Amino acid sequence: MSFWNPADVGFAVRGKLADLGRGARLFARLVGDVRGLRRFSLVRDQVHFLGNYSLAIIAVSGLFVGFVMGLQYFYGLQRYGASESVGVLISLSLLREFGPVITALLFAGRAGTSLTAEIGLMKAGEQLSAMEMMAVDPVRRVLSPRFWGGVIAMPLLSAVFCAAGILGGWVVCVPLLGIDAGAFWGQMQNGTDVFRDLGNGVIKSIVFGFTVTFIALLQGYEAQPTPEGVSRATTRTVVVASLAVLALDFLLTAMMFSI
Amino acid sequence: MQRSNKDIWVGLFVLIGAAALLFLALQSANLLSLNFQKTYTVTARFDNIGGLKPQTAIKSAGVVVGRVESITFDDKNFQASVTLALQSRYSFPKDSSLKVLTSGLLGEQYVGIEAGAEEKNLQPGDTITATQSAVVLENLISQFLYSKAAEGSEQPATSNKK
Repeated sequence: MSFWNPADVGFAVRGKLADLGRGARLFARLVGDVRGLRRFSLVRDQVHFLGNYSLAIIAVSGLFVGFVMGLQYFYGLQRYGASESVGVLISLSLLREFGPVITALLFAGRAGTSLTAEIGLMKAGEQLSAMEMMAVDPVRRVLSPRFWGGVIAMPLLSAVFCAAGILGGWVVCVPLLGIDAGAFWGQMQNGTDVFRDLGNGVIKSIVFGFTVTFIALLQGYEAQPTPEGVSRATTRTVVVASLAVLALDFLLTAMMFSI
Repeated sequence: MQRSNKDIWVGLFVLIGAAALLFLALQSANLLSLNFQKTYTVTARFDNIGGLKPQTAIKSAGVVVGRVESITFDDKNFQASVTLALQSRYSFPKDSSLKVLTSGLLGEQYVGIEAGAEEKNLQPGDTITATQSAVVLENLISQFLYSKAAEGSEQPATSNKK
């Protein structure tokens, strides 16, 4: 069987197109199901599962990213005698890029995988089919609360990450490296805008919340209902979500911060 | 019992997130100093504003007394027309002059306002015409080169100066 057999190529392309279409339809159903937020107890359970349990890893990573950024920016800027600007650089790079992006990557690894595995196993165990048999829509009962839970949790996690990072940068710069605290905060406050930097960062993290949670749910929902299929879907969640986040980040940055 | 426990934890999570946002807005983006002070606007004409942008600080004696509100180009007299929002608690004489300055060698640009001597103060809507443009490095260098070249060719240096 040749790879270039037109029929095979056509089959593969049709398969991909069908996947894309199913994905788009699922996305539209999930986004359209804003009323799913009214089932508050379900959404709350998911925010608890996705948000609270990710809090520790996000905060600790943010702290260490802040440490490292403080050190690196300090060494870089010292050459130009501008080490006081370290504060504004830390806050801008965290709020604009690192906060939303690293949070989304960690979230894909920490929470996205568990979503995929959970949904994939539910599918493999025919729990989703059983729900359909009982006239319960699994998209609305199972997927939608997880989706909105992730969308709610992501901006909050991103804010925690940024705050921890700025505190980490402060710890390295002010007490350890001896930068003046007034210059550190003053430069940061002069150079950071609430709407342009913080607002756009929050928008980014909301977009990433939609992206990562949706990809995780889609991979679980479309997984082959076998142990192998679920493991593959879990891997794919991390790969696809990370790539999507990085690519989307580039697009969003180009749109938001172009002059 | 278990349910209400979870409620508390989720509430705590949301609270921590909101606190982080608040911390970012207040401590790093300085929301408070943004626009809650009353201001009055005056316009100024500059020949060249250099890299001035909206929201640039206006400083007098190094103290921030306002922000640049908007910058437009006036095609009647081919000058930049800059709208300045000065804080109401500060008033300046009518003949105050403006300069586009740079903080440090590579720092950001700001507008310096120097008080004049007149008795009357600036009123909202006034126009300041006593302005000094931003220093454009290329112009400085070309002036310097021209004067050097003029010296070299033994011509009177004044003839080539603008």
